[in-house]
Amino acid sequence: MTEENENKNTISVDATAVKKAPAKKKDKQLPVIDFDRFKTSRSYAAARKRTDGFMKGLIVLAFVIACVPLVSVLWSSIAEGVKRLNLNFLSFNMTGVIGGMPTPSGGYGGVLHAIIGTLEITLGAMVISVPIGLMCAVYLVEYAARGNKFAKSISLLVDVMSGIPSIVAGLFAYSMFAIIGGPGTINGFEGSVALSLLMIPTVVKTSEEMLKIVPHDLREASYALGVSKQRTITKIVLRTALPGIVSGVILAIARVIGETAPLLMTAGYATFTNVNLFSGEMTTLPVYVYQQYILRVTCRPGMDGCVDTIPMERSWAAALVLIIIVLVLNLIGRIVARVFAVKSDR
Amino acid sequence: MSSQEKTADLSSPKNTGKTGDVVFKTIAYAAGTLILVTLAAVFLFLLFQAWPLIGGDQSKVTAQIESFIPAAHNFWQYVGPLAFGTVLVSLLSLILAFFVSIGIALFISHYAPKKLATGLSYVVDLLAAIPSVIYGLWGGLVLVPAIGPFWNWVAKYLGWTYIFQGPAADPSRTVATVAVVLAVMILPIITSVSRDIFMQTPRLQQEAAIGLGATKWEMIKLAVLPFGKSGIISASMLGLGRALGETMAVLMILSPGYLYSFKLLQASQNMTIAANIAAQYPEADQQYGVPILIGTGLVLFVITFLVNFVARKITEKANV
Repeated sequence: MTEENENKNTISVDATAVKKAPAKKKDKQLPVIDFDRFKTSRSYAAARKRTDGFMKGLIVLAFVIACVPLVSVLWSSIAEGVKRLNLNFLSFNMTGVIGGMPTPSGGYGGVLHAIIGTLEITLGAMVISVPIGLMCAVYLVEYAARGNKFAKSISLLVDVMSGIPSIVAGLFAYSMFAIIGGPGTINGFEGSVALSLLMIPTVVKTSEEMLKIVPHDLREASYALGVSKQRTITKIVLRTALPGIVSGVILAIARVIGETAPLLMTAGYATFTNVNLFSGEMTTLPVYVYQQYILRVTCRPGMDGCVDTIPMERSWAAALVLIIIVLVLNLIGRIVARVFAVKSDR
Repeated sequence: MSSQEKTADLSSPKNTGKTGDVVFKTIAYAAGTLILVTLAAVFLFLLFQAWPLIGGDQSKVTAQIESFIPAAHNFWQYVGPLAFGTVLVSLLSLILAFFVSIGIALFISHYAPKKLATGLSYVVDLLAAIPSVIYGLWGGLVLVPAIGPFWNWVAKYLGWTYIFQGPAADPSRTVATVAVVLAVMILPIITSVSRDIFMQTPRLQQEAAIGLGATKWEMIKLAVLPFGKSGIISASMLGLGRALGETMAVLMILSPGYLYSFKLLQASQNMTIAANIAAQYPEADQQYGVPILIGTGLVLFVITFLVNFVARKITEKANV
C-alpha cells in the first residue's frame, strides 16, 4: 500500500524534480529520470508470484483429480473381478444356470460364449472396415490432389463420422437389416456392420497419418524405375507404412471391442454358445456385463450353495476380462508402432 | 507366336500394370465415395424406418407414445424432454470436465518433466480405452454409494439454489452423478486434443513472454491460451458430442424421468435419448414402438452431427 503510494508521489513530484535539477547545475540541462517509477512494487510482484503458485497448484490438483477415477475403476474391477475369475468361468457358457445355484461343473456359469461372440463380431467388423478405411486413406493421400474439394469434404465427413453416437450406429445396422431381411432380424454380422461404422473413421485417420509420413523420395524412386502407381502404392508405400497401420487397426479394435449399446439391438443376447456369425443371437462381453448388471436373483432358504450376489460378481469378472483384453490390445498396438516404426528422419 | 507376343509387349511397354492401375484407382475412389454414401445411408435408413411416424396411422402412433409417457401426445412432446435431458447432462459433464482437462493438458505440456509427460499421455489414453460399460458398472456399484454423502452435504448447504434442491436422492441415481461419470469419460478426448494444440504454441512467443519477465502462469495466459483458443473450443465440442451420444453409463446409473427439470440431486427427473432407446428397445412394439425410438435416434444423430461438424469446422479454420 504505502509503496504504491510512494510510487504515485514520485510521479507527481517528478515535474518539480526536473525544474529543480537545472537550478543546481546551470550549464547542463540533463533530465533526471526517476527509475523508481519503473520498479514494480514488492506487493505487486508478490501477488503475481502468488497467482503463479496458485495456478500451478490448481493444475497439479486437476491432474490428481483425474487420477482418482482411473485408479478407482481399475482397482474395483480387479478387486471385485478376481473373486469369480477362474478357469471354470472362462470355459463354460450360461446354459443350465438357474438363479444363483451352482452348475454341475461346480461353477456359476461363465463367459465362453461371450468371448467367442466378441471375437467373431469384432473380426467381422475388422474384415469390413480395414479394406474400406485403408483404401479411403489411400485415396485421400495418394490420389486426391491438393485442395480437391471432394477429398476435403470426405476428410471432414470422416471426422464427423467419428463422432456418431454408438447407439445411432446400432440403429443404422438394425434399419439396414430390417430392410434387407425383414423387421426384427438379429445376428452377429449385423453387430459387425454397426461396429464397422464406428471403426472406419479411426482406421482412415490413423492410416492417413501413417501414409503421410512415408518419405516422398521412396515414391519418386519407384516411379523413376518405371513402376506403375498401383504397384508403388501396394509394394512401397503400404509396405513402409504397414507397422503404423497395423498398430492403428489394433487401437481401433480396442475401441470398438468395448461397445455395448449397438450390440444390444443388433446381436441380441444368448445364454448358449453360437458360433454362426450369420444367424441367431450372439453375446459379446460388454453385453454380458450389462445383462448381468441388470439381472437379479433371489435365494430362498434351503437352496444349498445359492449365492444371491452372483450376477454382480459375474459382471465384475467379465468386466475384468474385458479390461485385460482391451489393455493387452493397446499394449500390442503401441509396441508394434514403437518397434517397427518408419524412420522418416534421415 | 511367342516372338510376336514379345514384340507386341515391347512395342507398348506402357501396358504393364495399366489395368491394375485403373482398377486400384477405381477402388480407392469407391472407398472414398463410400464414406459419403454411408453417412447419407445412415440418415436415409433411419428416416425410412421411422416413416410410420409420419405416414402411418396417427392414432396408433399417439397411443404408442402415450404408453411410453402418459403426458406426451405427439412425437415432439415425447422427444422434447429427452432432448432436454440429453443436453442438460452433456453440458453439465462438459462444465465439470472442461477445467480439469485443460489443467491436465497444461500440466502435460508445460509443467511436467518430459519423461513424466509421456507417461501421463499414456495414462490419459488409458482412460479413453476403458469401455463405457465398465464406467457404467463402476458408476452404478462404486460411485453411487460413495458419492451419496457428498450430495447430501451439497443439498444441505446449497439447497437454497434451485438446482441443488434437496432432499438428495438415495441411492443417488441422479443427473449429478451421471454428469460426474460422463465427465470422466469425456476428459481424455478434451485433454488429448488441447494438449496437442498447447504443444504447438510457437516457442518464440513463449520465450518472449518469459523474457519480458512474465511468470509461468502469465506466459500461459499471454501466449499459450490465446494460441490454443480455437483448439480448446473444438476439443470441448468434441467432448460434448461424445457425451451427447453416451448410452451405457447413463442407462446403468440414471433413474429415468421425463420432466423439464433442473433438480440435479433428485431421482427420476431426466433421461437422455440414447439411454432411452436402449432401455425401451427390448420391449418396444415392432410396428410403431421401434419407429418412434428410431425417430428419437434420428434427432440425436442430427444434434451430434451438427455439434461435430461445427467443431471440425473450427479446427479446420484454425489449421489453415
